[in-house]
Amino acid sequence: MSRITRFAVKLSAFLTFGILFFIIGYILLKGIPYIKPSMFEFEYTTNNVSMFPAIVATILLVGLTLLVATPIGVFTGFYLVEYAKKGSKLVELIRIATETLSGIPSIVYGLFGMLFFVIKLKFQYSLLAGTLTVSIMVLPLIIRSTEEALMSVGNGLREGSFALGAGKLRTIFRVVLPVAMPGILSGLILSIGRVIGETAALMYTLGTATKIPDGLFSSGRTLALHMYILSSEGMHVNEVYATGVILVIIVLLLNGLSTYLGNKLTKGR
Amino acid sequence: MSKISIKKMDLYYTDFHALKNINMEIQANEITAFIGPSGCGKSTLLKSLNRMNDLVEGCRISGDILLDDEDIYDNDYDVNLLRKRVGMVFQSPNPFPMSIYDNIAYGPRTHGIKSKAKLDEIVEKSLRGGAIWDEIKDDLKKNALRVSGGQQQRICIARALAVDPEVLLMDEPTSALDPISTAKIEDLVQELKKKYTIVMVTHNMQQATRVSDKTAFFLTGEVIEFGNTEAMFSMPQDKRTEDYITGRFG
Ligand SMILES: Nc1ncnc2c1ncn2[C@@H]1O[C@H](COP(=O)(O)OP(=O)(O)OP(=O)(O)O)[C@@H](O)[C@H]1O
Ligand SMILES: [Mg+2]
Repeated sequence: MSRITRFAVKLSAFLTFGILFFIIGYILLKGIPYIKPSMFEFEYTTNNVSMFPAIVATILLVGLTLLVATPIGVFTGFYLVEYAKKGSKLVELIRIATETLSGIPSIVYGLFGMLFFVIKLKFQYSLLAGTLTVSIMVLPLIIRSTEEALMSVGNGLREGSFALGAGKLRTIFRVVLPVAMPGILSGLILSIGRVIGETAALMYTLGTATKIPDGLFSSGRTLALHMYILSSEGMHVNEVYATGVILVIIVLLLNGLSTYLGNKLTKGR
Repeated sequence: MSKISIKKMDLYYTDFHALKNINMEIQANEITAFIGPSGCGKSTLLKSLNRMNDLVEGCRISGDILLDDEDIYDNDYDVNLLRKRVGMVFQSPNPFPMSIYDNIAYGPRTHGIKSKAKLDEIVEKSLRGGAIWDEIKDDLKKNALRVSGGQQQRICIARALAVDPEVLLMDEPTSALDPISTAKIEDLVQELKKKYTIVMVTHNMQQATRVSDKTAFFLTGEVIEFGNTEAMFSMPQDKRTEDYITGRFG
């Protein structure tokens, strides 16, 4: 019995790692030979298939999304843990809302973004519409990780601070926040990862323009979207792999950073 | 005049009547010990003295608690100022995850002291007061979590002293510590009573007799007996007190 279980465990571990390595290795092997300096030229043409505009658009989208979603998400998390009465109706409501939001497939966000931001509010396909759509999408993630980071801070620390005559704000900023910071940051990094990898929610909100966006109301395409479109066009399969290499490297780096911060969090307790 | 006087005080956690008609006079520069079986309300009364109970949802208090003849539960009484005057040391050491220096300086900074020289002076004085200066004076930059439990607890005492309190509340300050650290803290408490009024919860009968001047015996939310420690341990007035201190109790 135990021998079979052990075998099954080993096999699944092997499979999981094997598949991961296979995917990454495959993309690297197929993509690296096709990475050319011309792919980083300032402007995209069908000849150079430059991903530079997409890189810029990705950075812009990530930056703007963090700008919108971080304050809302982090403050909500703080409210839920530090201020709201435990078990109050409002808290329940916010919990249900965030849980529901996190279960919705991203294409639904895309659809909503298109109908509401793009059409109803007349934002057109734009950085703004894309940002708002993915902001809503990552909000539950940020709220959840902020909550968890705050809840992991022992109550003894809060009491110690109050008992010295410190107020709520000082206690939160000087005692709770430094301890919770790595956890909050790692949630933010995971959100960045989700934004970078997103296509469905962006296709009809950010649009797919090939130039560098020159304002909030200008369309663009992120790296993931760029890959998706290139491969669906079928003309530049090799360049798709090359783009994929860059994307994979970015995501791996982010995940590493998030794990590192996560470890710091558990050690700091 | 007593430092703290508790008059006809009742406390409820939502529907649970945790303290019943408490009357007690706590004298300045004395050590008052709270003893009694688990769950009888010792910590609850202690936390009422610096209003840490305000943080507990559903906690209601009636009656009066006076500090220097002022009702601390008055609506316009400044809670943060109260907690500066009435410091607290917790059962398990809870230093902040920052340097020893910053731990001690946290309170004074909270109350507006910014000058580096002044802070240096307070840090040294408080650590000396906590009987730990000699052990860690070269490690002030070290994270306070990286010292032993006994040292952490004395850092917490020093941290409480740093805001220049008048009263010091201690909730089983030695229960998480080894005998040597415990002895150090008991000596320290004796020393501290020259300057401060001390109220201390303890589960340890010997500790109560060793350090305290007055003792209050609690049972299911009531103070059964309150008086001179020596008198009480040699000649308890109430049968239940006698049962408890002679160890014949549940
Ligand atoms: N926050 C709370 N909410 C509800 N009931 C509480 C709360 N804190 C304490 N109690 C109850 O009040 C009673 C007194 O608790 P308290 O902590 O004061 O006891 P104690 O004498 O300090 O016990 P111990 O020696 O175990 O520390 C207990 O029955 C406890 O269950
Ligand atoms: Mg207790």
